[in-house]
Amino acid sequence: MSQSSALPAEQYNYSIVRRFTIMAMVWAVLGMCVGVYLASELAWPFLNFDIPQLTFGRLRPTHTTMVIFGFGGSALFATSYYIVQRTSQARLAFPWLAEFTFWGWTGGVALGVLSYVFGITQGREYAEFEWPLDIAITLVWVSYFAVYVETLRRRNQPHIYVANWFYLAFIVAVALLHIFNNLAVPVSLTKSYSLFAGVQDAMTQWWYGHNAVGFFLTAAFLGMMYYFVPKQAGRPVYSYRLSIIHFWALIFLYMWAGGHHLHWTSLPDWVSTLAATFSVILLMPSWGGMINGIMTLSGAWDKLRSDPVLLFLITSLSFYGMSTFEGPLMSLKSVNALSHYTDWTVGHVHSGALGWVALVSFGSFYHLIPRLWDRKMYSDTLIYVHFWLATIGIVLYITSLWVAGIGQGLMLRSFDDYGNLAYTFIETVEFMHTPYVWRALGGAFFVAGTLVMVYNMAMTIARRQAAAETQLSAQPAHA
Amino acid sequence: MRHEQIETNSGLMLLLILVVISIGGLVEIVPLFYINETVEDVKGAVRPYTPLELRGRDIYIREGCYLCHSQQIRPFRDEWLRYGHYSLAAESQYDHPFQWGSKRTGPDLARVGNKYSNQWQVQHLNAPRSVVPQSIMPNYPWLLQTDLDYSDIVGRMRALRWTGVPYSVTQAEYDANVKIFGKATADLLDINQAQDTLLKQARDREFDSNPVRLTEMDALVAYLQVLGTMVDFTQYDEGYFTKFR
Repeated sequence: MSQSSALPAEQYNYSIVRRFTIMAMVWAVLGMCVGVYLASELAWPFLNFDIPQLTFGRLRPTHTTMVIFGFGGSALFATSYYIVQRTSQARLAFPWLAEFTFWGWTGGVALGVLSYVFGITQGREYAEFEWPLDIAITLVWVSYFAVYVETLRRRNQPHIYVANWFYLAFIVAVALLHIFNNLAVPVSLTKSYSLFAGVQDAMTQWWYGHNAVGFFLTAAFLGMMYYFVPKQAGRPVYSYRLSIIHFWALIFLYMWAGGHHLHWTSLPDWVSTLAATFSVILLMPSWGGMINGIMTLSGAWDKLRSDPVLLFLITSLSFYGMSTFEGPLMSLKSVNALSHYTDWTVGHVHSGALGWVALVSFGSFYHLIPRLWDRKMYSDTLIYVHFWLATIGIVLYITSLWVAGIGQGLMLRSFDDYGNLAYTFIETVEFMHTPYVWRALGGAFFVAGTLVMVYNMAMTIARRQAAAETQLSAQPAHA
Repeated sequence: MRHEQIETNSGLMLLLILVVISIGGLVEIVPLFYINETVEDVKGAVRPYTPLELRGRDIYIREGCYLCHSQQIRPFRDEWLRYGHYSLAAESQYDHPFQWGSKRTGPDLARVGNKYSNQWQVQHLNAPRSVVPQSIMPNYPWLLQTDLDYSDIVGRMRALRWTGVPYSVTQAEYDANVKIFGKATADLLDINQAQDTLLKQARDREFDSNPVRLTEMDALVAYLQVLGTMVDFTQYDEGYFTKFR
């Protein structure tokens, strides 16, 4: 092919990918540090320091926004822009518009995070941005859609590679969710009231909230997985047929599952029963994706011993499998009766967010960085160090929250011999102190790993390109 | 249709994705607006928030209280003993946005209204550990120190009226409110008297125990004290609400 003669860095727009990669790591460090601080506030409440901007209630949305939309979002922009170019063998369309998505997204997240600490919020979980930012984000998203689809249309390949299906579904679904969940009537630039109220508002919000998980944190990251796992393993995707089935099943089923966040509430039973049913079925396409990813390594398992990047990717899939099993379990009404409102839910989210989303992003970045900056990683040992710090951190985190959540759930529903409540609420708060300390420690481990990666990445970028290393770029530019 | 046709045609793929992801929401959300049993009939017992309570609710949202406190009691024995009757959809029908929450780092607040005195609420918000030593809630000292800004109360109520909350502007709307809620309540919901209503409620009840100053604490405590108090459950047979579930 004619493209093979050009260097990838010249053929493709890597500059936008580089910038999003760097911003992803900036948000990761900031967002995760705030996370550890929040965890510490729960263990040692004096850390709120009577400063409004530091209190848990205002800081918590900054944590979720920085890690989900800052870190996760930037990682998705970076990898999707990379993958769509490589698999289409076409340069990114509308470069100025892609530029706008970078500044728009980065600025939007930054302004949003600042607005929360000053008390400007819609009061909707994971959709706290007030309406002017919502509109700005919509514009960024439409631009993203245009850049992505037009690049696909300019592809020099008849087929759209499977990773792009997932990114496409993610872009379309997030647009749909974002628009309908943020319908609001403004009072001023900094205050609005949601259009819907009560039960309808709750269902809309959790349709959004659950699919922010389903599409932002799952479908899109599966797209990432479908490119970087086969690439890093040097083997084709395990099953083409499985990828078709689990793709369509996943995007169809996820949209039904949101009601399981509202079991036993004022939401009518028929909705929550439907949601629970679909949540259980959802296990199948979820595991379809996990199996397709992990089995891609079939016949090359030995690579796990020598390649720390694969270790990240395969471990992330294992956590994905675990949390997509735990999710349907928790969506059963009887289990949910105990787990809901407790830290079990928080632990579950983090086994997905840290174990799956963050690890698959880190693994993909370790694959990307040498190619984007055209040099080898500064240190392979540090990749191993990062891996173990992160893994130990996750295990500490989720185990301690299992103890906190299940423990609290059991205490709250226990009765003494006379049929009175055995514990007051505050006794359960006291009980959770120790697990909260361990949770904060787990988070600190994870942040330490991220800092190791930032150091490794900075050293890689900073050091001069040695002549011997230009070999990386000499490879032909096929996807 | 062979999948090859889809994966070689970006337009077709986009269209199919849009169709496939739209179905779940259409089936589960849209009917909630049309099925009458979704929200229980409580014969006008639940009224919109007064101007002062509304400002309190805005502060509740601003401080992110919903991230640690739910407002949704589930139909379980332990919750009944701890918090009271399970929550009705009718009780949050004017909540824009809903504040059911998703996590109980602290206890549920759906029926916290009238459970504690105003003085207790003020003391607790100001320094939670002075009344509950094991509490991990932050102190909120600035609520007592900040004057309540109610300059835009009319704008806030008008925005809510636009979403369908029965605050009245015209005489016809006011009369309709008198019919549903009675005259005393209809006056509280009249946008034309909003500022006076707000000041009067704060003066009469002295939520923050300081009659001289109208602070954010007044508004927040006014809001907390009304939570879950509107429906009188003694008026209904035990089985009445189950037919709506």
